[in-house]
Amino acid sequence: MKHEINLTINQRPYRGEVEARKLLTDFIRDDLGLTGTHVGCEHGVCGACTVLVNGEPVRSCLMFAVQANGMELKTVEGLAPSPTELHPLQEKFWELHGLQCGFCTPGILLTAEALLREKPDPGEDDIREWISGNLCRCTGYQNIIAAIQAAASRIAAKK
Amino acid sequence: MAYVGARIKRKEDVRLLRGIGKYVGDIRRVGMAHAAIVRSTHAHARIVKIDASRALELAGVVGILTAVDMPGLKTIPMRTGHIPGLERSQQTPIATTKVRYVGDPLAVIVAESRYIAEDALELVDIEYEPLEVVTDARESMRSGTPQLHDAVPNNIAASFQVDVGDVDAGFADCDLIIEEEFSTQRHAAVPLETRGLVAEFDEGRGLLTMWGPTKMTHTNWRILSELTGLPQSCIHFIEPEVGGGFGARGEFYPEDFLIPFAAMHFRRPICWIEDRSENLKTMNQSRQQKHRVKIGAKKDGTIVAMDAEILFDMGGYTRTHGGVPAISASAMLRGPLGVKNYRCNVFCVLTNKTPVGTYRSPGRYEANFVRERLLDLVAHRLKLDPADIRRRNLIRPDQMPYDLGKHPFHYMVYDTGDFPSQLERALAKIDYERLKTTCAEAKRQGRAMGVGIGCFVETSGIGPWEYARIEIDNAGKVVLYSGCNSVGQGIATALSQIVADELQVAIDDVRVVHGDTAKVPYGNGSNASRSAVMAGSAALGASRKAKDKLIRLASGALEIDAADLLLRDGKVVVRGAPERSLSFAELAALALPGSALKSGLTPGISEEDFFATDKRPFPYGVHVAVVEVDRETGLVKILDYLVTEDVGRKINPMIIEGQMAGGLAQGIGGALLEEFVYNEDGQPLATSFMDYLMPTAMEMPKAQFISTEDFPTPHNPLGVKGAGEGGITAAGAALANAVSNALDVEVKKLPLKPDYILELLRKSEIHR
Repeated sequence: MKHEINLTINQRPYRGEVEARKLLTDFIRDDLGLTGTHVGCEHGVCGACTVLVNGEPVRSCLMFAVQANGMELKTVEGLAPSPTELHPLQEKFWELHGLQCGFCTPGILLTAEALLREKPDPGEDDIREWISGNLCRCTGYQNIIAAIQAAASRIAAKK
Repeated sequence: MAYVGARIKRKEDVRLLRGIGKYVGDIRRVGMAHAAIVRSTHAHARIVKIDASRALELAGVVGILTAVDMPGLKTIPMRTGHIPGLERSQQTPIATTKVRYVGDPLAVIVAESRYIAEDALELVDIEYEPLEVVTDARESMRSGTPQLHDAVPNNIAASFQVDVGDVDAGFADCDLIIEEEFSTQRHAAVPLETRGLVAEFDEGRGLLTMWGPTKMTHTNWRILSELTGLPQSCIHFIEPEVGGGFGARGEFYPEDFLIPFAAMHFRRPICWIEDRSENLKTMNQSRQQKHRVKIGAKKDGTIVAMDAEILFDMGGYTRTHGGVPAISASAMLRGPLGVKNYRCNVFCVLTNKTPVGTYRSPGRYEANFVRERLLDLVAHRLKLDPADIRRRNLIRPDQMPYDLGKHPFHYMVYDTGDFPSQLERALAKIDYERLKTTCAEAKRQGRAMGVGIGCFVETSGIGPWEYARIEIDNAGKVVLYSGCNSVGQGIATALSQIVADELQVAIDDVRVVHGDTAKVPYGNGSNASRSAVMAGSAALGASRKAKDKLIRLASGALEIDAADLLLRDGKVVVRGAPERSLSFAELAALALPGSALKSGLTPGISEEDFFATDKRPFPYGVHVAVVEVDRETGLVKILDYLVTEDVGRKINPMIIEGQMAGGLAQGIGGALLEEFVYNEDGQPLATSFMDYLMPTAMEMPKAQFISTEDFPTPHNPLGVKGAGEGGITAAGAALANAVSNALDVEVKKLPLKPDYILELLRKSEIHR
């Protein structure tokens, strides 16, 4: 049996017909073709599937698509302000080598965006704690933390 | 400004940051079906019956394949590490009569969706005749233990010996001899992206296309051709974005045969993406070794002789890298020490666990742990400072190049370096003398604080050859076709830096193509920290040939002698008269067949080069760890950490430091957190991230990474040594030494989990 759902992703409306058991991750990736959100474990541990649901970071592998009916989502594809500009987080990750294989990156970027909205001036410990739920196997985290801090400064400077 | 040596931002990043890079799980083909693999739930059993009838009735199931559907199955061959004997325990892509580990593939289900395929997994009925299970390597070698493979008595898949100098005479000449046994635990690469493949067979033209292969693309291309009978010219591999490799991804696994076979059988494109629990059971595991070592020293700390026995736990089958972790461990056990008398007996032993392959710094992570612990144990007995015993034994720069003596399977001549001054640099940077005082003071206050050193020599840049081709297109852009692969390490950026410098173009005007067998005819892939060395040197060679061609074309067109022409800003210009020039685009037009053939020139600007070598460059360095251990809980806190490494020459310092940092995180995981545990029935107990603990941002200390380029290698025109593994390789060693130092205990195994530390403390209390 299929259920109709309507939701907004990156400020665009989307519609779908899904089984109750369809994971939000799979709906975003397979039904809608937004493959920037990645699947690392399906157990809710690694954070690679993190999206923002009504502004809050959520592990999309722990949500069913039907639960997202009527909600506003943001995925990594909606982070950059335009096809020719990057978000300050993306710029700083690029500048400070905050990614290698890029698989964990979308989840971390969105977690960081939520962090910077809640704490525009985070200390290193704040950042470590906020991203402690996102596994990265390539970078060792040091550059990620530096990039988030640099983005915070950049965003503050632009205001 | 030269690109090589500069901290250039990576060209790979923008698409990855935007989430528009396509990994294999993002590939969509029209009519694509989905596969799920039925896997053994027994560690050792005969297969009595596979009944898929209930599964076949499920709506949405396309079909199910077993060994019965695959007549003439051959075993997956080794591509390296072929110790004679290992071929007897290779794996067929699907189980035929027996299963030898939990996870051994039994059947392939193809369905309209992965959801339905997983539903069908539960409907396949398998009858097993369970057999006795063996999970310990030493147990496995004893007579009377169940044999895993008919052709392999005592489960000893292979064995060999290294014998250099005169070990017995050496021991006769010692003041102190100690004998210890060490063990390192099973853990593995565990990249964040699981494995996956998409296979599509064009029935009309008989062409198979595969997305997903990486690491050893061309080798696997040949292996698939041999296993299926389909000629290589009918197979096309395409490498997508790859979510990390670390040695485990990209080898030829059973699924690398099963998925294309299914695609050809069902005439539908097939997608297979493993889930995490499957990955933790079936991707190559590594690191499980037992070392028994006898070491002899003089009173002044000079190590005179080492005699070792290494048991290498292989799991249920020999995989594509044969005995590499054992070969590497036995070759590099002495590390940077000038020990002339060395013997090592190696046993590669089969057990009913997941098969084993390489993981970043294979064999060396284990060997460094063993050797560096031994050095500290000897130092302790002789009342020497751990730094001093290393000073006494490190190979000196005047002894380079240093021949370690013959090894049956490994190149053994260190090229260049100054191991002693690298140690001094590390100790000075972390202020070792002050640290010792700080630790002593902390101990007086009841805090268990300690410092540990881990010296290492890494191997890198393995040959035997690598391929590159440079083409200039109609727009004057430079395209490098390289035989290497990308697993996320930034190789396209590094290669672009080399090419851009040689051809004097902007780095954004260089594009790198890799992993596509239709565009790159030859390659040896990316493993063993070889790409900067091998792909880099081949790219340099091809660039130089392209430069010659450009100049020859310009020389003819401008009627100027080649000696008076040079490359600048994407043009060939006349020396002293730069307004007279021809752009690469103009030269490409001149090279079109129409005009080139008239001028008697070979059309096109397409220059190939192979860089070949039978030698290896050896990067080297030092890890220093500072820890505090909680005596009540056994938890280890890393207070400070330093890694130094000389890499010969730095192409991109930012990428190198990133490799060191990422390697260290994995090294810390291996030392403190990660373990694949099996119960006595061979059931894997760590099958999710809740049990297999990976380092998070909270576990990483603020570490210093110092890469130097004091000693280039003479073995390649760039002088480069591979920088992929130095960050991980001595982390187990340094942390084990630091914990031993902090608690005054003798660590002999990894991981340093709380229960092991508390056990060591209890034992040392008893002895007080």
